[in-house]
Amino acid sequence: MSLKNALYAATALTLVSSGAMASENLVIATVNNGDMIRMQGLTQDFTDKTGHTVEWVTLEENVLRQRVTTDIAAKGGSFDIMTIGMYETPIWGANGWLVPLDDLSADYNADDILPAMRAGLSHDGTLYAAPFYGESSMIMYRKDLMEKAGLEMPDAPTWQFIREAAAAMTDRENDINGICLRGKAGWGEGGAFITVTANSFGARWFDEDWNAQFDQPEWKEALEFFVGMMNESGPNGYATNGFNENLNLFQQGKCGMWIDATVAASFVTNPNDSTVADQVGFALAPNSEGIEKRANWLWAWALAIPAGTQKADAAKEFIEWATSTDYIELVAANEGWANVPPGARTSLYENENYKDIPFAKMTLDSILAADPTDPTVDPVPYVGIQFVAIPEFAGIATEVSQEFSAVYAGQQTVEEALEKAQALTNDAMEAAGYR
Amino acid sequence: MATKHSRSAARLMMAPAVILLLGWMLVPLTMTLLFSFKQYLPLRGGDLGWVGFDNYIRFVSSSAFWPSVTATLIIVGGVLAITITLGVLLAILLNQPMWGQGVVRILVIAPFFVMPTVSALVWKNMFMDPTNGLLAHLWRFFGAEPVSWLSEASMTSIIMIVSWQWLPFATLILLTAIQSLDSEQLEAAEMDGAPPVKRFAFITLPHLSRAITIVLLIQTIFLLAIFAEIFVTTGGAFGTRTLTYLIFQRVLESQNVGLGSAGGVYAIILANIVAIFLMRIVGKNLDA
Repeated sequence: MSLKNALYAATALTLVSSGAMASENLVIATVNNGDMIRMQGLTQDFTDKTGHTVEWVTLEENVLRQRVTTDIAAKGGSFDIMTIGMYETPIWGANGWLVPLDDLSADYNADDILPAMRAGLSHDGTLYAAPFYGESSMIMYRKDLMEKAGLEMPDAPTWQFIREAAAAMTDRENDINGICLRGKAGWGEGGAFITVTANSFGARWFDEDWNAQFDQPEWKEALEFFVGMMNESGPNGYATNGFNENLNLFQQGKCGMWIDATVAASFVTNPNDSTVADQVGFALAPNSEGIEKRANWLWAWALAIPAGTQKADAAKEFIEWATSTDYIELVAANEGWANVPPGARTSLYENENYKDIPFAKMTLDSILAADPTDPTVDPVPYVGIQFVAIPEFAGIATEVSQEFSAVYAGQQTVEEALEKAQALTNDAMEAAGYR
Repeated sequence: MATKHSRSAARLMMAPAVILLLGWMLVPLTMTLLFSFKQYLPLRGGDLGWVGFDNYIRFVSSSAFWPSVTATLIIVGGVLAITITLGVLLAILLNQPMWGQGVVRILVIAPFFVMPTVSALVWKNMFMDPTNGLLAHLWRFFGAEPVSWLSEASMTSIIMIVSWQWLPFATLILLTAIQSLDSEQLEAAEMDGAPPVKRFAFITLPHLSRAITIVLLIQTIFLLAIFAEIFVTTGGAFGTRTLTYLIFQRVLESQNVGLGSAGGVYAIILANIVAIFLMRIVGKNLDA
């Protein structure tokens, strides 16, 4: 080989190797909640370690869902990493739209991911998204108001107890509502809550042949109970309250109890944001007397890589960084252990520093009590607790929850809403070829 | 005067803009038409073939169709009635000589510069919230039970929010028209002993009819596609689901592009019927 050729070869080799090592700019779509915003603030740590830069597209939950769904379905290729949940992951994984995450590095320790989270973010045993944080739902209550009402909250209360306690805590003169719950239309808002409530009354969305079950007595019982309790002890206009509205009410001291996502625990116990931070107690989500299933869900906001991205390797590096134990320690060092992303890793709950956090144990117990593969009393053909993991569900459940919200607003009766829900669900399932 | 040569030069120079504009309209329109005859489900593998008029039949036979058309027409009608009535009154008021007229005019026009999403959020959280809203505090101050505006009076609330946004537009157009009214004519009528109501009915209002027509036409076209305010406030619940919102639900929430496209074609037809109807009834004013 002549010197000239050798030089060419060396130059080419240098170019190839530097290409492989090149730093990339990753575009990440994410949801605008506290933990994600915190991650954005810490991005520099990732850039320092890997050389890759990050561009954030931060969106409100509903908008994020629509953007990423449209982008991936139309192969738009706008993002290198997407923040998605337990509903989307198995469906998209099955369609081949996500890069499998079964080859993450040994340091990452994928076996440390909580089994329930791993199962919910996999399809056919392959992990398609890494959980950034995981959650279930639980009761958050005001210890002072409980005491004033002369009651004591058990660790695992029933709905009947919750209804009595809510009535006892309600103090309309002082603007205190016994209980605040989601009534806002939308499958991920009020739709999710009424579904888990129905599960805990023995109801289900579909029978094993995909027939809608809204004509069954369990749904009527659940809905009537919910409406009755909220009319007695809920806030005015609860039909338009979702997660954020209830969080505000609770932080302002206007709710005796609130049953919602376990991640809310760090917000209601943070004295900077909450006027009742030192008075909050926690309990498992309720069940109905004689029924084992509780009204708690399972959810994870997770990071996934759309198939077709040119930057899959860099994207994997980011996912490893954001969902690793090192990241948890980075947040703890900067903002304290109460603010680390919860519910994703087993090791967090074995960590001595985290054990003292007041809501840690109840969060873990709630997550462990939820099983997406067996969500209801009677058998069902679907996976998912507060949702049904089929592509048609988001559309159907949004319409059904709109009918329910109209009941909460006093615009129609429980019977009318259930009748409409039954008809529109069966219509959609027929059109989709299930029935 | 334009010569043959300059006319062809003008055509040549305008061609790129015209082609671009046509493409801008024709491409989405053609795609909507194409998809409306297909079973196109992005989450189930995409294009599943031609289905003829199935999507059209399913869209209109769905129980949500007629209520959505009714909701659309109620919102359009309500907002038009409010903005035109109040617009005329405000235009007359703002035309009176007063101290700080310029500032008052800017304040009246200001809502038009607020983005629909922002104004809907402000109304929802600061005014209409049944616990923390300004209106709730006002109601409580007078000893009344606060109203859950967005759920109990959802249609009224949305009409109020949208009217607030569109009132400046109507006022601005009508104010410009009123300023061109010959004051001598009004003075002559006054000297002849015509009372204020008659002066308004027989001189001011006829003079404003052309401006009112413009407001009616432009607002109708925009209001038929109203979306952001509903998305932010009620999410289509409580009977506020308009035709546009229903199409959005079919395409984005149900991920059924074919069905939604059929809805889109219906919306185009409806908008054109309304526009032609308006042109014929009130458009005559424009020729006068």
